[in-house]
Amino acid sequence: MSVKLNSRQVGDVTVLDLAGRITLGEGSSTMRDALKEVLAQGHNKILLNLSEVSYIDSSGIGELVSAFTTVTNQGGQLKLNGLNKRVKDLLQITKLYTVFEVFDEESTAMRSYK
Amino acid sequence: MQLREESEKEYVNQQFESTLDSVDRAESLIMSAAEAAGFDEDDLHKIGMAARECMVNAVVHGNRYNANKKVHLQVSGGDDYIKILIADQGEGFDIAKLPDPLAEENLLRHSGRGIFLIRAFMDEVDVRPASPHGTEVLLVKKKSVSE
Repeated sequence: MSVKLNSRQVGDVTVLDLAGRITLGEGSSTMRDALKEVLAQGHNKILLNLSEVSYIDSSGIGELVSAFTTVTNQGGQLKLNGLNKRVKDLLQITKLYTVFEVFDEESTAMRSYK
Repeated sequence: MQLREESEKEYVNQQFESTLDSVDRAESLIMSAAEAAGFDEDDLHKIGMAARECMVNAVVHGNRYNANKKVHLQVSGGDDYIKILIADQGEGFDIAKLPDPLAEENLLRHSGRGIFLIRAFMDEVDVRPASPHGTEVLLVKKKSVSE
């Protein structure tokens, strides 16, 4: 199974709900394309909801990093919500857990946007 | 390429095309082998992830999706370990020249974490030149000893 993506607006934050596996190929490009579209619409407060993401490989991590730098460079904020233990572990061993703002609850994530 | 010793069971010995579909199929075969060998869920995840990263390296960076080049996969194991050998027919590379993905200046790089993750998830990783050309990577995972 590759990644499935749904976009919704909560106030001025765009939430991208991802489900499945973010891996090299379709999984990574689906996320990249969706993000490009959101930014083109002028939204730059973005929350990636990964609660239904079961698996991320190094290419998927690369896409998360690219998304983060792209949004940050455009003056926006990209944060992560709902990571399972394995994805959290992956971000920890790659030292990226401190780069991203990571939340367990969507409501808490929402309150963190300026 | 010699992987299996007399006492070991061979699970997979197969050649793959240099495609992303091969990566998925190889991952699935390796996971089935590791499951049959009795690894627990946590180790299965680590083996699957390391093997997938290794297959991606062989297909994408080694063979560069070249239809004339193949990836050879061998999986074997004993009572308490599994060995995975993945060989490509690419140009080869110098592992010592790979940048450290944990260095401050590399943290936000898009790529370069594959080998690091393979090493993090497996007990032994040996990257060496293949004969006559290419790279072969031997991965070994030992079963976790329960307390």
